[in-house]
Amino acid sequence: MTTTEHAIEALDPQRGVTTPVATPPRRRNETLYFALRNRKLLIGLGVVLAFLVLAIVGPWLTDAEPFEFGFPTGEPPSRAHWLGTTASGQDVFAQFVYGLRSSFVVGALGGCVAALIGMAVGFAAGYRGGVVDELLSMLTNVVLVIPTLAVLIIVAAYLTVRGLVAEALLIGLTSWPWAARAIRAQTFSLASRDFVSLARLSGSRGWQVIVREIAPNMSSYLFLTFILLFGGAILTAATLDFLGLGPSNTMSLGLMMNTAVISSALQLGMWWWFVPPGLGITAIVGGLYVMNVGLDEVFNPKLRRT
Amino acid sequence: MSLAVDDLRVYYRTLKGDVKALDGVSFTVADGEIMGLAGESGCGKTTLGKSLIRLEGRMKHMGGTVSLEGESLPIGDDRAMAKYRFKRVSIVPQYAMSALSPTRRVGRLIADLLESRGAGFDEMRPELVRRLSLVGLSEEVLERYPIELSGGMKQRVVMVLSTLLDPALLIADELTSALDVSTQKAVAELLVEFRDRGFVKSTIVITHDLSILYQMADTILVMYAGKLVEKAPADAIVESPKHPYTQLLLASLPESGVRYEEERLTGIPGRPPSLLSPPTGCRFRDRCPLALERCAEEPPFVELEPGRHVACWRAA
Amino acid sequence: MLTLDTVSKTYRVGTFGGGAVEAVSRVTFDVRPGEVVSLIGESGSGKTTVGRMILRLTPVTSGTISLDGQDVSRLGGGALRGYYTHVQGVFQDPFSSYNPVFKADRVFELVRRSYLAGLSKSEWDDKRRASLEAVGLEPSDCLGKYPHQLSGGQLQRILIARALMLELRYLVADEIISMLDASTRIDVLNLLGDLKARGLGILFVTHDLSLGNYISDRTVILRRGRVVEQGPTAKVFAAPRHSYTRMLLACVSQLHRKWEELPSGSTAPRTLGELDESGLVAVDEAGDHLVAPEDAEVLA
Repeated sequence: MTTTEHAIEALDPQRGVTTPVATPPRRRNETLYFALRNRKLLIGLGVVLAFLVLAIVGPWLTDAEPFEFGFPTGEPPSRAHWLGTTASGQDVFAQFVYGLRSSFVVGALGGCVAALIGMAVGFAAGYRGGVVDELLSMLTNVVLVIPTLAVLIIVAAYLTVRGLVAEALLIGLTSWPWAARAIRAQTFSLASRDFVSLARLSGSRGWQVIVREIAPNMSSYLFLTFILLFGGAILTAATLDFLGLGPSNTMSLGLMMNTAVISSALQLGMWWWFVPPGLGITAIVGGLYVMNVGLDEVFNPKLRRT
Repeated sequence: MSLAVDDLRVYYRTLKGDVKALDGVSFTVADGEIMGLAGESGCGKTTLGKSLIRLEGRMKHMGGTVSLEGESLPIGDDRAMAKYRFKRVSIVPQYAMSALSPTRRVGRLIADLLESRGAGFDEMRPELVRRLSLVGLSEEVLERYPIELSGGMKQRVVMVLSTLLDPALLIADELTSALDVSTQKAVAELLVEFRDRGFVKSTIVITHDLSILYQMADTILVMYAGKLVEKAPADAIVESPKHPYTQLLLASLPESGVRYEEERLTGIPGRPPSLLSPPTGCRFRDRCPLALERCAEEPPFVELEPGRHVACWRAA
Repeated sequence: MLTLDTVSKTYRVGTFGGGAVEAVSRVTFDVRPGEVVSLIGESGSGKTTVGRMILRLTPVTSGTISLDGQDVSRLGGGALRGYYTHVQGVFQDPFSSYNPVFKADRVFELVRRSYLAGLSKSEWDDKRRASLEAVGLEPSDCLGKYPHQLSGGQLQRILIARALMLELRYLVADEIISMLDASTRIDVLNLLGDLKARGLGILFVTHDLSLGNYISDRTVILRRGRVVEQGPTAKVFAAPRHSYTRMLLACVSQLHRKWEELPSGSTAPRTLGELDESGLVAVDEAGDHLVAPEDAEVLA
C-alpha cells in the first residue's frame, strides 16, 4: 500500500483495501460502534444470552429435579408445572433448564477442545510448512473424512461409562479439522509478512512468533471460529443424545426429545414435551450462527452495508 | 487544444469529512502533446487521472469542467461517460500485465471489448494485426492465452488494445513503476511512437519518476497537495525549475548521477499537509525555505513566459 | 568481513518436489566494514533471496556464508541469536514490517526481551533515545504511536535504530527506500552513508542503478541468480564489461542526460586469467573488477 492509501484508510476505515483480520486498538472504539449497531449480532447475542440466563437461573426457579418422578402424568402447562409434565410424571420445565445447562457445558467444553487442537495443528502446519505441514495436513484430512457421527455412535455404544465430559471430549476430538484448515491457511499468509521476519530477526522462537505476532492478527478470526465450534458441539451433542447415545445420568435437551419420541409424545399431542427442547436447540445454535455473520460484518469493513 | 481542464475539484467522501484530493486545477494539453503529470504520493495526480476517465468509489466531482476537443466531458456522470471511454478517452493501467483475463484467448478478449463499444472485431482486425506487428508481435498472439505470453508481450498487447480506437486522450497511470528498466524504456518509447504515428492525440503520463518524464515527455506538470505547482517543457523544468518545490524535489533525486562522496543530496523536511483540512494560502508554505508573508495568500497558477506556468509569488 | 562463497538456492517444485528451480547460483562476494555494497538486479534476479539467506530467513542449499571466517550458513538456536546481534535487516515495505495490532515502538521491545533484558528501565530509555537520535529522529515524535500515525521514512528509520541497539556490524537493506516518497528517500539513503562512516558494512539490495551509483562503493550485478559483473562502483558504471550491465546502464533514465546521449560502452575484452569458482574472471590486474564470460546459456 502506498502512503496515500494508508492515509486514506486511516481517515476512513471503510475504505480498507485488504481484509483486515486484526483490529488495532485505535479502531476498537469503531469496532464497538459498529458492533452495537449490527442487528444480526444483537439479535443473535440476545437470543443466546437469554437462554444462558435461563440455564443459570432456571434451576433455582423450580423445586423439582429433572429425573424426579411422582408428578401427575401427561399434564399440559399449568401454574404448578410451567411446561407441563412428561408421560411418566416428570416436570418438563425442570428437565428443560437442566438440559440447557448441559448443552452449554458440552458446547463450551467440546468447543474449547476442538479449538485448542485446531489451533495447535493449524498454527504448526501453517508456520512451519514443509514436512510438518504435509504430515499434519494428512492427519487433518483423514480425521475430516472420517464419518464423525458413525465413529461417535460406535465409540459411544462401546463405552460403558458415559458422562457429559466424555461426550464433550469425543465431540472436541472429532470436530477440529475444518478449524485447523482455516487457521493453517490464515497462518500461511501471515507468516510471510515482514513483521514476522522481523520478529525472527529479533530472536523470537517459533512458538513466541505464533503466539505474539500471528495470533493477535487473527484474533477476530479465532473468535469467530470458536463460536462456530461452540454451536457445532451443541448440535452434535443434541444429535447424539437424541439417538440415545449421550450421557444417561445427565438431563439434556436431546435426551428429552429422545424420551418424548419413544413415548409417542407426537402422536399423543404432548407438544409441551418435545417443542421446548427442539426450539431451544434451534434457537441457540441459530442464534450463534447469526451472531457469527454479524461479527464477520463488524470485523470486515467490506461486508458492512452502511 | 485537445484537452482543457478548468478549475476541476474532485473530493473523496469519508466518515471524517471530504478529502480535497484535487482542489481547483486548470491546464490544457495540446494536440500531439505528451504531458507528464508528476508529484509525490497524495498530490492528487492519480485522482486527476482517474477523474478524467472514471470516478471510483468515494470520489465525487465537486466542480469545474473538462472538455476534450471542444466537447464537454460529463465526468460526474458514470453512464454518460461510458460512450467516451475507450473511444475518445482511454487508459493504460498500472500492472497492465495483469489486466488480461487469464481464462480467455487474447483475440476473444479484444473482440468482446470492441463489441461492447460498438466496433466490429472483423473490421478492426486488419488494423489490429498491423499494430501488433508494429510492436513486434505476430498475428498468432490473438490465438494465445495470456499465460502463454511473456510479461513484455502482455504489456505490448495491452498498450495496443488501449489505443486501438485512436483515442483523443490516453492516460498512462504509473505505467512504468513496476517494470524493469529495460521494459520501462521500451514502454516509454512505445508511447512516443504511438503519438508519432497518430494513434493517440494527447497523452498524460502519470508518475512519480521525473527522470523518465525528462526522457519521453514534451511537458511536465508538477502537483503538490491537490494543486498545480509548475508546468513547463520537460527540458526547461529540469534544467531551470522556477517553483521552490520543484527545485528542492529535483535536488533530492539521485537520478542526476551524482555520487555521495562528491555531493550530498538533501530531501525536503516535513510532510505534505492533510487534505482533510488543508491550510489556506500556498500549500507548500510550511516547508518552503523561501516563504514570504505574501504566501499566506494563495498564489495563482499564471503563465510567466509562453509555455511556462508557475504558482508562486517568488517566481512571478 | 561478511563473505558469501558459491552460495546457491534451489527450490523444489512440482508434485512431490520432482522439479527444481535454481533461484540463486554460485554467488560469491563479500561485504567489508565501512563500505556499502549494492546488489543490483531486476525482478527474478534472486537478489532478495540472497538477502534473506544472509539473514538466515531462508535456508542455504549449498555454499557457505561466513562472518569473519566462521560459517553461519546453518546456524540455529542460541548461535543464531548471537549472529543476529551482529547482522540485521530492514525490508521494503515499512508498513508491512510493523505488526498492525501494536504500537510502533514494540519493535524495540522485541529486541529488549531477547537481548537486553538485564538493563534497568533508565538504562533502556537512554539506550533507546540514543539509537533514535543516531538516525535523526526525535524520540517524542515517534514513541507511543501506531505505525499508521508515522510516515514511511520515520518507520524505516525506527527499524534502523532498532538494529543499532545491538552490536550491529552488517546491515542488509532490501529495497528500503523504494516505497518512500522522493523527498524523503534521500534522507534515509544519506543515513546509510552515515552508518558506513561509522564502520558498518551495508548490503544495499536494489533494482535502481541511480541509487547504487549514489551511495555504494562496490556493486554486484545479478541476473537470474548469477553474478554477471562486480567491482568498484566507479569502474563498473564507467566501463561496464558485460553486455547485460551495459544494457542496464543504457536503459536507466537519468536527469540531464537523455537516453541517446549515454555512452555505448567499450567492446568486449579478451579474457584475462582463469575463471574462479563462481565462474567470474578478472578484467584487469587490480583484480577487483570481475565479469562473467558471455556465453549462450547466460544470455538465454
